[in-house]
Amino acid sequence: MTTTPTRPRATPSTPPTAGRTDERQWVGRGVDRRDGPAKVHGDALYTADRPFPGLTHGWMVHAPHARARIVAIDTAAARAHPGVVDVVTHDNAPRMAPPPSASLLDLSSLASRSRVEYLNTDQVHYDGQPVAVVVAESLETARYAASLVRVDYEVLPATTDFRAARDTATRAKQTPAAPTVSGTKGDAVASLDASPVVVELGLTTPAHHHSAMEPHVTTAHWDGDRLTVWDPTQGIDWCRKHLARRFGVDVRQVRVLAPVIGGGFGGKGSVWAGTLLTVLAARHVERPVRMALSREAVTRTVGARTPTMQRVALGADRDGRLRSVVHEAVVRSSTVGGGSEQVVAVSTALYATPALRVGTEVVELDMLPNTFMRAPGDATGSFGLESAMDQLAHDVSLDPVELRLRNDTDRTPLHGRRFSHRRVPDLMELGSREFGWAERGPGGRRDGDRLVGHGMALAYHPALTFEAHVVLRATAAGRVVLRTSAQDMGMGIATVLAQVVADELAVPLDRVGVEYGDSDQPIAPPAGGSTQTASLTAATVRAAERLRSRVQRLGPSAAGSVLDAVRAHGQDVEVVVGHDEGLRARAGTLRWIAETLWGQRRWQRAAWGAHFCEVAVDADTGEVRVTRWVGAFDIGAVLNAKTAASQLRGGIVMGLGLALTEESVTDARTGRLVGPDLTHYHVPSHADVPEIGIHLLGDPDPTAPRGVVGAGEVGITGVGAAVANAVFDATGRRLTHLPLTPDRVLGLAPEA
Amino acid sequence: MRPFDYARPADVDEALSLVGDTPGARFLGGGTNLVDLLRRGVETADLLVDVSRLPLDEIEEAADGGLRVGAGVRNSDLAHHPLVRRRYPVLSRALLSGASGQLRAMATVGGNLHQRTRCPYFTDLDAPCNKRDRGAGCAARHGASRGLAVLGTSERCAATHPSDLAVALVALDARIELASRDGVREVSADGFHVLPGETPDIETVARRDELVTAVVLPSPPPGRGDYRKVRDRASYAFALVSVAAVLDVVDGDVASVRLGLGGVGTVPWRAHRAEAHLTGSPLSDERVAEAVALELADARTTPDNAFKVELARRTAVATLRRLATPSDSTAGAIA
Ligand SMILES: Cc1cc2nc3c(=O)[nH]c(=O)nc-3n(C[C@H](O)[C@H](O)[C@H](O)COP(=O)(O)OP(=O)(O)OC[C@H]3O[C@@H](n4cnc5c(N)ncnc54)[C@H](O)[C@@H]3O)c2cc1C
Repeated sequence: MTTTPTRPRATPSTPPTAGRTDERQWVGRGVDRRDGPAKVHGDALYTADRPFPGLTHGWMVHAPHARARIVAIDTAAARAHPGVVDVVTHDNAPRMAPPPSASLLDLSSLASRSRVEYLNTDQVHYDGQPVAVVVAESLETARYAASLVRVDYEVLPATTDFRAARDTATRAKQTPAAPTVSGTKGDAVASLDASPVVVELGLTTPAHHHSAMEPHVTTAHWDGDRLTVWDPTQGIDWCRKHLARRFGVDVRQVRVLAPVIGGGFGGKGSVWAGTLLTVLAARHVERPVRMALSREAVTRTVGARTPTMQRVALGADRDGRLRSVVHEAVVRSSTVGGGSEQVVAVSTALYATPALRVGTEVVELDMLPNTFMRAPGDATGSFGLESAMDQLAHDVSLDPVELRLRNDTDRTPLHGRRFSHRRVPDLMELGSREFGWAERGPGGRRDGDRLVGHGMALAYHPALTFEAHVVLRATAAGRVVLRTSAQDMGMGIATVLAQVVADELAVPLDRVGVEYGDSDQPIAPPAGGSTQTASLTAATVRAAERLRSRVQRLGPSAAGSVLDAVRAHGQDVEVVVGHDEGLRARAGTLRWIAETLWGQRRWQRAAWGAHFCEVAVDADTGEVRVTRWVGAFDIGAVLNAKTAASQLRGGIVMGLGLALTEESVTDARTGRLVGPDLTHYHVPSHADVPEIGIHLLGDPDPTAPRGVVGAGEVGITGVGAAVANAVFDATGRRLTHLPLTPDRVLGLAPEA
Repeated sequence: MRPFDYARPADVDEALSLVGDTPGARFLGGGTNLVDLLRRGVETADLLVDVSRLPLDEIEEAADGGLRVGAGVRNSDLAHHPLVRRRYPVLSRALLSGASGQLRAMATVGGNLHQRTRCPYFTDLDAPCNKRDRGAGCAARHGASRGLAVLGTSERCAATHPSDLAVALVALDARIELASRDGVREVSADGFHVLPGETPDIETVARRDELVTAVVLPSPPPGRGDYRKVRDRASYAFALVSVAAVLDVVDGDVASVRLGLGGVGTVPWRAHRAEAHLTGSPLSDERVAEAVALELADARTTPDNAFKVELARRTAVATLRRLATPSDSTAGAIA
């Protein structure tokens, strides 16, 4: 394994938390990802690649109606096709228990984004809902036979037009997945009316698909009541509990494996139809079944990021100081699941204001439930707030950085809670310096046929930690092994945890093994909400402390390093953090809830950033090219400079998609996706992405174990606004409907 | 996918007989479009006759200074051929603006000309589509219509022709050589694709059993050429609007101009009216705008695709302006 011994490029880089700093050698360095070479060489076995004896292949049949009742399914022709094992429909499928409703006491309940009882019902609730699964000896046979299944429907009236149904919206309820959807402080409307300067924007963002490189795929194998599932899930533990519950078996009988995952971005956080139906089909045909979803099947059965309609109104004094902030959002959910999103949360976090009002409404349609996607709410809500701030800066003739300095705050504007750690002015200084913000010159400069402009916006993502369990073992053979069920989506968690263990125990990095991706290991939180690294670091640090004290008690051999001591002792030493089962597990959960709630009352923890960018807008065609990007971030302590920068850079690339190219189109008449493939849904290509400079403050959060707050999502927030603000600078056009395609930039698109 | 047979004929004659004899037979080029459509069940075939390995992969110089391009030449090989780069930069650029490097390395000239529309309703088997199923109706016109064509549409169909190559070929007055058991014939590139009218399922004048064997390029028109493609992302996307142009200005007047438009037509669009308006007069942005307005006078739009009219005007103005500016060294050269 090679290592890159570079420190994060950062201004005053304080070493993580107190004590023992001299022993730290690995944490902070840009160590290469352990799974990197296998993935680059094509040796890594993804779920769909893994050979499996006796395997059959599944393919789904999708309903082409948003609401319907299945009158009859004729599977005779499919069944008669050579190589078909069986066709599973609601006529013959084994029963599943209904999905649980969301509860903070059992976070695995968040894995059910959909209430549809797939293949256990004759009701169709959204276009694309699977109504049959064909199982065959080969994938192509299953696929073809699926086209032979004839389904008669009684078509029912459906509501599928988000804009037209806007008036049916209801107020969003606070949920564990979207805690900040409404709130007021002072009389924001009166303050707005009384403000000398008012900015008001109406904005929209479309639905987005995660578009992970690896499509969803599941392999399921039943051995009696024992179930083994290979699935690139973002939440091994949630997936396992969900499957146990739906299939009525004990959780200990279910094993979920996700050793190699090709990205998820939230799309693999819940248990969607593909996973459930693979398990169901395997139970029915009594053979192992694999279902590898096509891109179309992924988009038709895995929820998307909700589109939003937003209204942001800012009232300010002539010197730019805010008097009032109003941020309202309408999001799209489903009659059978999904939920609200905290689009407006960003406005409860970024700027000081005496009066504030945020609110969210939800339109429930007969459509596939929406779901979490990288920085849910914050990715789109920051487009609203940060566009409005840019307009305000323009209207009061202030530099956008100066406007933000004037409205900086060390407390949450809504509840007055202290931020555990917030250095936004330093971030803006770092970012402006690296970008050359002061030297950018006036907007709208012509460069050939192109108009050049510059924009900036802040980035923000709240930080949480979950309970995480680990086992740490020092072996007499001179190795240390950390075991956890955590899944590595591709962000490098195993590499980072090895670095933490190496430093905590003062052992060489190449002596540390990390075993993960298997539910037989101790429970770890899902890879979601930017929580995984922080949560597992906390557990790993505790495990290392316990191991050290166990080793110290070994007696005379305890002198010297941990590994020497264990070697001298002659027997492995193992410690456990957390309890997966029984009363102690429940006690652990309650402790976590108490700590989280108590912590949240005292302070708000978050990751922060400041984006600076340059765009060139073709004056003739309206094509926008982002030509330069600098992001300065505060993600607390940096565990691995390389993986952290990659997370942030990846978030920005995804943000460029949100800003410029990505738009999931639904036919409002039918509720069906239009072009559910990567030909029509444009993720950024290389040519859309400039060099991206990432600069890290590297300043540990004093309230977080080892100062870590998480870096997975903050990068995408603010990107949409930074680009739109730069386009405004270049063209004088305030664009409020994403993505910024040429027709919108030229003002030729129908108003959204 | 639906089972089919596969044949790899040894020569053109065998290919022609195989397809001639088997009603459900189809030619297979690089497979980058046909295989996708077969998988999805949008197209069907009982027999695929692979013509990608036939000796149709030569690029030969003709006596008149033109080129004869075999139908099996891969898009990338054609784009990078030194003679094409030098004499037909508009063609080279059109090819390089299409698809991705991997796809261009597979895609053949013959297959490119026969590629099907990217109208999303065409590939949605649950949506009515006259192109897929004559008389079934059209879900696109009143649906998500942003990508639809504005020229050459009919009540039945407004699906855009997606090829970039073909837009350059119509501008260059290329000819297409077709072979069948009945013999060989040539048709003009401009006349190869047919308007949808009442039968949008019929897209070209070629019969199912006619093999594209070559594309014949006459000697290059005088002047400088360029292909400009406007799209939703910087690379790897179909055109919203594209312009293929070759411009020759003599003593301040347009001596000759060739204009092809992509993204706006149900077929690759040769802008004859615009060319006539421009020829013989001094070039100016206003003049080009007028010319394009004339060309698009019959455009039929929906609220979602109405922008294409203005975008086509702007793109043509910008493209010709650049070609007319001798100092602009980027036009005409391949980056
Ligand atoms: C993701 C994606 C993006 C793309 N982007 C672009 C783009 O931006 N611009 C663009 O122009 N194109 C684009 N394409 C289309 C691409 O150019 C075509 O798929 C390709 O040119 C087809 O060539 P082929 O040889 O693979 O044809 P095939 O798929 O093999 O065949 C296509 C059709 O041509 C017929 N055929 C093939 N050869 C012959 C022949 N010699 N004689 C008669 N009939 C024949 C086949 O029967 C079939 O009907 C894209 C394709 C994909 C998949």
